[in-house]
Amino acid sequence: MTVPVEWYVALSAILFSIGALGVLMRRNAIIIFMSVELMLNAANLLFVAFSRYLGNLDGQVLVFFVITVAAAEVAVGLALIVVIFRTKQSINIDEINLMKG
Amino acid sequence: MVLFIILAVSAVAAALGMLFSRNAVHSALFLVLNFAIVAAIYLSLNAPFIAMVQITVYAGAIIVLFLFVIMLLGAEQLRGVAGDSGGWQRWLAGGLTAVLLLSFASILFQGNAITPASAAGVIDTSPAALGLRLFEAYVFPFEVTGVLLLAAIIGVVVLSISKKRG
Repeated sequence: MTVPVEWYVALSAILFSIGALGVLMRRNAIIIFMSVELMLNAANLLFVAFSRYLGNLDGQVLVFFVITVAAAEVAVGLALIVVIFRTKQSINIDEINLMKG
Repeated sequence: MVLFIILAVSAVAAALGMLFSRNAVHSALFLVLNFAIVAAIYLSLNAPFIAMVQITVYAGAIIVLFLFVIMLLGAEQLRGVAGDSGGWQRWLAGGLTAVLLLSFASILFQGNAITPASAAGVIDTSPAALGLRLFEAYVFPFEVTGVLLLAAIIGVVVLSISKKRG
């Protein structure tokens, strides 16, 4: 309880920014997915930190929903990446520029 | 306090390692490290069940799925071009991220002080308490989550089958 909650907010902001930088900078679609996971994780960290400091359990329940949505998103996204790789033999997002590939 | 600083620095280092690894497998392993450290932070925040769920679902299921796909496709590194956007794209990405970070910082430093709920004290975060809250106040979102997972399962199966026939 000695750590002020602002520090958790700062850590979460830094992790979120690293994830955003990964989405903007990398070309590998799988790494972009990992960066999205990092951003979701930063949001989860905020939920838990505020749940602790406000003495409210709702934040921890919301983390479950975020984790569930993240799992569903990863499953669908990786299936899409596999299908795209089969047709284009590449997961470089700069080469995936056609709606009708 | 010291524990938090150590954990925070290593979490940021693991995230940066994930970002700048050339090899996608190394990125996935750095991400596991980051998730484990965040789980340790959850433990220090009196959220043991969330920490275990984090380890099980993220480090256990999601990263295994990532590693499986990376090795299935043999996509450790992008062929031909380098793995990153080059030149002006990289600087643009860095600039936009700096703007994002600065806006976070300005909100954090000018915001109202968050009242520490010391009066609230330590709440019961056992799995039993969490389950009660989940099934009393959040039953409808829980059911919606189930439908979402079903939709994801059907979507993945459809995506996997249609290419095999074509």
